[in-house]
Amino acid sequence: MLIVGAGHAGAQAAASLRQLGFAGSIGLMGEEPELPYERPPLSKDYLAGDRAFDSMLLRPVPYWASKEIILLLSRRAVAVDAVRRQVETAEGARFSYGSLIWAAGGHARRLTCSGHHLAGVHTVRTRADTDRMRAEVAAVRHAVVIGGGYIGLEAAATLTKFGKPVTIVEMQGRVLARVAGEDLSRFYEAEHRAHGVEILLNCAVDCIEEAAGRACGVRLADGHVLPADMVVVGIGIVPAVEPLRAAGAAGANGVDVDEFCRTSLPDIYAIGDCAAHVNRYAAGARIRLESVQNAADQAAIAAKSITGAPVAYEAVPWFWSNQYDLKLQTIGISIGHDATVLRGDPASRSFSVVYLRQSKVIALDCVNAARDYVQGKALVIGGTEVDVALLAKISVPLKSVPARLQA
Amino acid sequence: MPSLIVTDTKGATRTVDSAAGFSVMEAIRTAGFDDLLALCGGCCSCATCHVIVDTADFAKVGPAGPDEEDLLDGSDERTPTSRLSCQIPFTAALDGLRVTLAKEG
Repeated sequence: MLIVGAGHAGAQAAASLRQLGFAGSIGLMGEEPELPYERPPLSKDYLAGDRAFDSMLLRPVPYWASKEIILLLSRRAVAVDAVRRQVETAEGARFSYGSLIWAAGGHARRLTCSGHHLAGVHTVRTRADTDRMRAEVAAVRHAVVIGGGYIGLEAAATLTKFGKPVTIVEMQGRVLARVAGEDLSRFYEAEHRAHGVEILLNCAVDCIEEAAGRACGVRLADGHVLPADMVVVGIGIVPAVEPLRAAGAAGANGVDVDEFCRTSLPDIYAIGDCAAHVNRYAAGARIRLESVQNAADQAAIAAKSITGAPVAYEAVPWFWSNQYDLKLQTIGISIGHDATVLRGDPASRSFSVVYLRQSKVIALDCVNAARDYVQGKALVIGGTEVDVALLAKISVPLKSVPARLQA
Repeated sequence: MPSLIVTDTKGATRTVDSAAGFSVMEAIRTAGFDDLLALCGGCCSCATCHVIVDTADFAKVGPAGPDEEDLLDGSDERTPTSRLSCQIPFTAALDGLRVTLAKEG
């Protein structure tokens, strides 16, 4: 058994295999030198210096040896031979497998404009990324965050804790445009602005300006230059699937898997951020989900298939993001909604956005509203058609919102 | 070091020690219990570190906070002494605490 990728998905796959009684050898290969660790704190409390790295380890140090899981760290898989059943690393070493789980996730998408490689230009994906930011942050005078997605917003929120002036540059007309509805976007824009963050919308980057070999500014498409000695690029990830695709695995965005996380290649599974799967919570669309939930749940699905007790993947997606004192919890997938209902007043800083498709609840974004998150989950799982007017009444708990009688 | 007595979902019980300054979730995770997912890492955003506190110890631990209460409410395994272990600081006063890992978050 070989697992490529030692993040949340790969680590959980190895642990699940042992839990299910898998007795063969397990190799867990990762590009980074670190033992498997939690990634979400990298843009939050680890960046802030409030969390020790050791507390982010997914398992204690002795765990891996005790479970006879061989860690193959600092190794990057560059080629897969699906006929000989071998994975080749960047150093040219070859590892044989009976089954392969591809859990390589993705790499932070980088800018392609001039100056993208300069010192002072950062992405937030690995411990090394965040360590580099932490080493520089004290001397920073102006930080610019490119991309108003979750990573960008979380990084911006953390940088304000250091008292740094932060500007967010977003190409779309609102932050979180790809993942949330407008109510949520406008709320987070207002919150960030209230914390002194400048947000530039509909704003494209031309290049990164250089002084003495370092980034010194971000030139926008309109020619305006924002001073910046730290540039944080949060524009998504590129799924790390090239070796699999080169070996013939089907896929367009990531690598395609079926409901058991099997790729089109024999005995090769893919899980986590890079696995394009048909998700029942996305109206049957083939999607990739970049979340801890998806990583952990798909890891268990692959392990169950390999140990001979296959179960189809149909876990309900959930996600969280912490910024300032705001705790956002998301259930379901809002993509494809045709209506939203605002539940509660954003000015109270505790509210939810309910996303509907054909009067059925498909997702909720809950800000400081754990109760709606928990109770809304049943509505999302049930695909319940509801009386929309009741959703807006905060006096009515979501668990009391009745299903509308079907004609 | 205060110790914690943990029963996993298969019914096996083990005593684990933990240094001060950690949560009960961290103490359990550091001891390598696979049943405890603790997916959100301890920020009270999920319910995958759900434990059932021994009835005799519950008074020492105390009740759940508001968000935690809501998250526990969504669990089928909820009992009157359920807690999210990430929300319990493991102090010397809790030495000998007995908890059972809940089957599902």
